Amino acid sequence: MSILDRPSSSGISGGGVSRRQAWGLFWLLVAALVAWLVFAVWPDWLNAILISKKAFVSAILNGITLAGLYFLVASGFTLIFGLMRNVNLAHGSLYLLGAYIGYEVASRTGYWLLGVAAGFIVLAAIGVVMQVVVFRRLEGDDLRQTLVSIGISIVAADLMLAVWAGGTYQIAVPEWLDGAVTLPVITAVRSNGASVFLTYPFYRIAVLAAAIVIGIGLWLMLNKTRVGMMIRAGVDDRAMLSASGVNVHAVFAIVFAVGAGLAGFAGVVGGSALSVAPGEDIRYLLASLVVVIVGGMGSISGAAIGALLIGLAEQLGLVYFPTYGVVLTFIIMVVTLAIRPQGIMGKSR
Amino acid sequence: MKMHRRTLLALALASGLTAPSLALAADDTIKIGLLATFEGPFTVLGEDSERGAMTAVEEVAGTVAGKKIEIVKGSSDASPDSAVRAARKLVEQDGVKVLIGPLSGDEGLAVKDYAKTQPTVTFLNGASAAQDTTFRDPAPNFFRFGTDGAQWMAGLGTYAFKDKGYKNVATVAEDYSFPYTQVFGFMAEFCKAGGHVPSKSWVPIGNKDFSSVIAAIPENVDAIYVALGGADAVNFLTQYQQSGGAAPLIGGSITVDQTVLTAKGKLRDVLVGTPSAGPTADTNDTPSWTKFVEAYKKQPGAFPSPSLFAHAYYINMKAALLGLDKVGGDVSDGGAKLRETLSSLSFETPTGKVSLDKNRNAIADIFLTEVTENEDGTLLNKLIKVVPQVNQTLGIAEADFTALGAVSRDNPSCP
Repeated sequence: MSILDRPSSSGISGGGVSRRQAWGLFWLLVAALVAWLVFAVWPDWLNAILISKKAFVSAILNGITLAGLYFLVASGFTLIFGLMRNVNLAHGSLYLLGAYIGYEVASRTGYWLLGVAAGFIVLAAIGVVMQVVVFRRLEGDDLRQTLVSIGISIVAADLMLAVWAGGTYQIAVPEWLDGAVTLPVITAVRSNGASVFLTYPFYRIAVLAAAIVIGIGLWLMLNKTRVGMMIRAGVDDRAMLSASGVNVHAVFAIVFAVGAGLAGFAGVVGGSALSVAPGEDIRYLLASLVVVIVGGMGSISGAAIGALLIGLAEQLGLVYFPTYGVVLTFIIMVVTLAIRPQGIMGKSR
Repeated sequence: MKMHRRTLLALALASGLTAPSLALAADDTIKIGLLATFEGPFTVLGEDSERGAMTAVEEVAGTVAGKKIEIVKGSSDASPDSAVRAARKLVEQDGVKVLIGPLSGDEGLAVKDYAKTQPTVTFLNGASAAQDTTFRDPAPNFFRFGTDGAQWMAGLGTYAFKDKGYKNVATVAEDYSFPYTQVFGFMAEFCKAGGHVPSKSWVPIGNKDFSSVIAAIPENVDAIYVALGGADAVNFLTQYQQSGGAAPLIGGSITVDQTVLTAKGKLRDVLVGTPSAGPTADTNDTPSWTKFVEAYKKQPGAFPSPSLFAHAYYINMKAALLGLDKVGGDVSDGGAKLRETLSSLSFETPTGKVSLDKNRNAIADIFLTEVTENEDGTLLNKLIKVVPQVNQTLGIAEADFTALGAVSRDNPSCP
């Protein structure tokens, strides 16, 4: 491929810049612009257009941390779809249930980390049960699986409403993660010459870090381990994998456990950053649907890119055109579907 | 023989179909529809509304004019279409002739329009408090015995400017008709007193992440006026506390309501001392209020003090029952007599006298309050002052008030 490519590309470019170099230059310029926007002290005209530097930089940071949260939820969703062709529309319920369980455990034991662990483990177990008891029976019947998962989500929503009622819960963030940190970003200069630095909640930075670590972990698992190899093989050709002697059901169960567990984990983490209330299940289901449609069904890196786009769009929309901010998310989805129906990182089949 | 059998079958079917409607026409029960948000972001509010409505029903021991009251519940999720759907179900399938609800602002506007298509059904508002539900283009069979969101703000703007000394206030509110009405009510007084509102943030209902909105609030304001409800208020307040928010708050009526004050978390740190105004005050010590609180507390899951939703549904249910009692429970004339009775109805409520204006909107007392911490750690709205008998035009002559224009994102404005 590369040998064939080389002469042709150099032939086209001639003395000028190649397409690849042009893109490189473009991204370099974008990166420089972002760096300037973040680190420079803004002139007045820019403040006038973008409200204030504080608002702009905070919106960017919030968009990225929200993306981290969306990624945690959507990565499980996309993994399950990629392997099993199962659009699990109960994924949002797993998020909400994880959040409630995390709240109960964290508030009873007083250890937040225990709540996070419980959210992951309990939901992973529930995921396995769902796979074995429900979805295995409907294997290969995509439509029925999808409908059953809708049914599960409705029943689960009402059961959770019965147990935890309609109140808003806030999972208390532990002391060591609480509070704000000062970032080396100057938002304004006071008249006496003193610089005002941007402060940002430490917890949100921790959420972002956790999302990045988990993203890398997932990538390593998929690309460097035997299980990951089997999963990837399953994504490409399930029948062939099964024929070569691998117990696909075990692989399915593992994927479902990881996917559901991540949703539960995200529930606890997200419930501490924002809050837990009925209706969150639908919200996160919708978010992860949009994220995987934009990023490409079945692709982890696609989920990361999709989450970043949607998170930034939501937060920037909220600050600069709140009334139509919601539309922005869907515009991104529509444009993606029009230009690249398989999603940004998706493979066309 | 075969024909005969078929006829029998048809007869059996026909009787099966008519039987339910026969049961509906039974003379000894009267059906009242109760429409509230039992799902979605305002679930807690809807649940408390039901407690309020049931308090009124239990006061009359479940009977009115010798007939048993049957409550049929309808659920919406705070969106106008869901409210209309639930109202249609109650009216067209369950056949209720009296409907109490809905709860939220935009829902009220939608149900009012639906009411126009059902002239034989009597609609009493629940807690929805958008101005134009009754002020512009009202429906002749839609009554609001609770007051609207602008009325609820009576006294607050002046108090914030004169007593608290706030000159510049930013507002953060949800992007629909009820918060527009609340901001309108606050600013009508605040701007007139000489205050300025340099920045207004409108956020979509059900928004979770407010930190970007908080960052966009100008730093030189004296206070932030917050009109958010339910989960939205909890999220905003928690994140405001996390971001180290220093500016004091001024609360919209439902922002410092029991539905928010009872939420778990650290938000209470920023709430104590927040002035607000609304149709109720937790520390009101008049005997009629304390009696109401006692009756309310018998409801399962009740808050330490009834929320304004419980109060509004109580008042409207109470009005419906008083009206039904006066007409002997007779709505066979398409409810014409009942509506005539309701139009001139004036009665003593736990929060003072209520009567209706020509648009069938309530004139009632409004309470100026401040959030305080009780000895047992619960948060309460302490009564500061009662503003007596506030009407929908806030004491301004109607022509002048209409000239102010309809409430919206940009009206009023005093940057």
